[in-house]
Amino acid sequence: MPPRLATILLVVAAGAVAAARADAQPSDLAEQAIKQSWAAASKEWQARLVQDETQKLCSLYRNKPPKQIADAILARERATIRYPADGKLMGDWRRGETLAQSGYGGRFTDYPARAENGGNCYACHQLAPTELSFGTLGPTLLNYGKSRKFAPEEVKTVYERIYNPQALTACANMPRMGTNGFLTIGQIRDLVAYVMSPESPVNTPVAKEQEGKDSK
Amino acid sequence: MPWFGKRALIAAAVVSALPLLAAAQDTERELERYRQMLTADPWSNPGLLDVDRGAALWKEKRGPKNVSLERCDLGRGPGKVKGAFAVLPRYFRDAKRVMDVETRLVWCMEKLQGFSRAEILKRPYSKANQPGTDLEALATYVAHQSKGFKFQPSLRYRKEKEALAIGEALFFRRQGPMDFSCATCHVEPGKRIRLQELPVLVKPEVARREIGGWPAYRVSQGTVMTMQHRITDCYWQMRLPQIDYGSDATIALTMYLANQAKGGEITAPQIER
Ligand code: HEC
Ligand code: HEC
Repeated sequence: MPPRLATILLVVAAGAVAAARADAQPSDLAEQAIKQSWAAASKEWQARLVQDETQKLCSLYRNKPPKQIADAILARERATIRYPADGKLMGDWRRGETLAQSGYGGRFTDYPARAENGGNCYACHQLAPTELSFGTLGPTLLNYGKSRKFAPEEVKTVYERIYNPQALTACANMPRMGTNGFLTIGQIRDLVAYVMSPESPVNTPVAKEQEGKDSK
Repeated sequence: MPWFGKRALIAAAVVSALPLLAAAQDTERELERYRQMLTADPWSNPGLLDVDRGAALWKEKRGPKNVSLERCDLGRGPGKVKGAFAVLPRYFRDAKRVMDVETRLVWCMEKLQGFSRAEILKRPYSKANQPGTDLEALATYVAHQSKGFKFQPSLRYRKEKEALAIGEALFFRRQGPMDFSCATCHVEPGKRIRLQELPVLVKPEVARREIGGWPAYRVSQGTVMTMQHRITDCYWQMRLPQIDYGSDATIALTMYLANQAKGGEITAPQIER
C-alpha cells in the first residue's frame, strides 16, 4: 500500500474510533474507568463494584425515580425481606445498643474480621438522649418506639426498614443491611428492640430541654 | 473545612466523656489552636514544612538517572511550576491520558529520574504523625506554588471532557454493601456523620472554599493528606476495595471536584480536621 493511502486510511479509522467514542455514554465510560481503577483488587472484592438493578436505577435517577420505577423498586426490594422463623421481631436491646454504636465491618482494613459487623445507626441517627455523638443523615429516632405507642405493626415496619429501607422508600439513602447480607436476622432483631422496646434508653423519658438538642 | 460542629461539641464538652467525643474534642481544640496560631503567624502552618521539603526534593538530583525534577512538565512547559496546579487535572499528550498532580509527579519521577513505579508507590501515604512521604511533599509543594491562583481546569481535549463526565457519573453511582455513592454524604446541606460535618461538594461555593485547600494538613492525623488519599479513604468508608493509586476513577473524580471548584482560590496546604 502506498504510504500516503495508508496514512489516509489510518486517519479515517482514527476518526471513526473517535466518533464512536464520542457517542459513548458517561455511564459506559464510568464502567470502563471502574475496571481500570480496581484492577489490583481480588475478584471477590471487585464484585462489590457491580451494581444490582436497584443501585443502577437509583444512580441513574439520582435517588428520585419516576413513580412507575419507584413502584417496581419497592416491590422487588420487599420480596427480599426474610423474617425470623419464630416470628419474634424483637431481641435484646442491650445487644442492639452495641450494634447501633459499632461502625465495624466491611472495610478493607476489617479483614480478617476481629468483631461482628455493626449497624452503625449512630453514624446517621440520634437515638438514646445520652449519646451526643450522632449523625444527622437520617431523622432523629429519639423516643421512636414510645411516640409510636410501641405498636406491633410499627415494630414490623422497623424490622423491615432495617432489613431493607427500600421496601418502604425507593432509593432511600439508608443502607439495605439485611438484603445486602451485612447484618443477620438475629442482629436486626436486637436493633429493632433497641429502637422499639419500652425498656430501651431510646424510649426513656428525658428532660424537656434536652430533647431534640443538637438535632438541628 | 468550616470550623465545624461547634454547638454539638460545646454541648458534648459539658455532658459527656465518651471516647469518641473526647477524641473529637481534642481534635477540635487542636484545630482551634492552629487557627489562632495561623491568624497570628501564617508561616506556622505545619503543612509548609512539607512544602519546603517538596521544594528541596524538586531541585535535588535523584534516582537512577541522578537528575532533578526541574525539567518535569506539569502542563505549562518543562520546569514551570507556578500556576500549573490550577489547571490540573489535564490531558498530557506524552502520556496520552488525563493526569492529576500526583500521577504527573509519578510520571516525571519514572521518566526523568528513572525510579520504578513500584518503588515510588511502595509507601504513597504517610502514617499519622509522620512527615509526608516524598510524593506527598512534592504534591504539596506543587499545589502551594499556585497559591492565590484560581482553579481553571482545562476542558479543551475530548479526554478532559470525558474525565469530567466520568467523575460526575462516579460521584452519583451507588454500589457496595452499604449502597453508598459520594452523593450520599456530600449533597445535602447541614448533615453530619457522627460529629463530622459533611461538605456539600456539589455546591460550587462550598467546593470553591474546600477543594483548593488540598493537599491539606490534617490536625487529627498530624500529617499532610493528598486528594488521592482523601478519595481512597472515602471509598474505604464506602466498604469498597482499595482503589489503585492514580487510577482513572480517582483522576475523574478529582476533575469533577476541580470543576465544581472552578474560580475558587488555591489555598493549599489548608488546615483540616
Ligand atoms: C447512612 C446513613 C444511615 C444509617 C447508617 C442508618 N440509617 Fe436509618 N435512615 C437513614 C435515612 C436517610 C432515613 C430517612 C428515610 C429514608 O431515606 O429511608 C432513615 C430512616 C430510618 C428510620 C425511619 C424514620 C422515620 O422517619 O420513620 C428508622 C426507624 C431507621 N432509619 C433506623 C435505623 C437503624 C436502627 C439503623 C442502624 C441499624 C439505621 N437506621 C442506620 C439513614 C441511615
Ligand atoms: C459515608 C460518608 C461519605 C461518603 C459516602 C463519601 N465521603 Fe467524602 N467525606 C466524608 C467525611 C466524613 C469527610 C471528612 C469531613 C471532615 O474531615 O470533617 C469527607 C471529606 C471529603 C473531602 C474533603 C472535603 C473538604 O472539605 O475539604 C472530599 C474531597 C471528599 N470527601 C470526596 C468524596 C468522594 C469523591 C466520595 C465518593 C468516592 C466521597 N467523598 C464519599 C464522608 C463521606
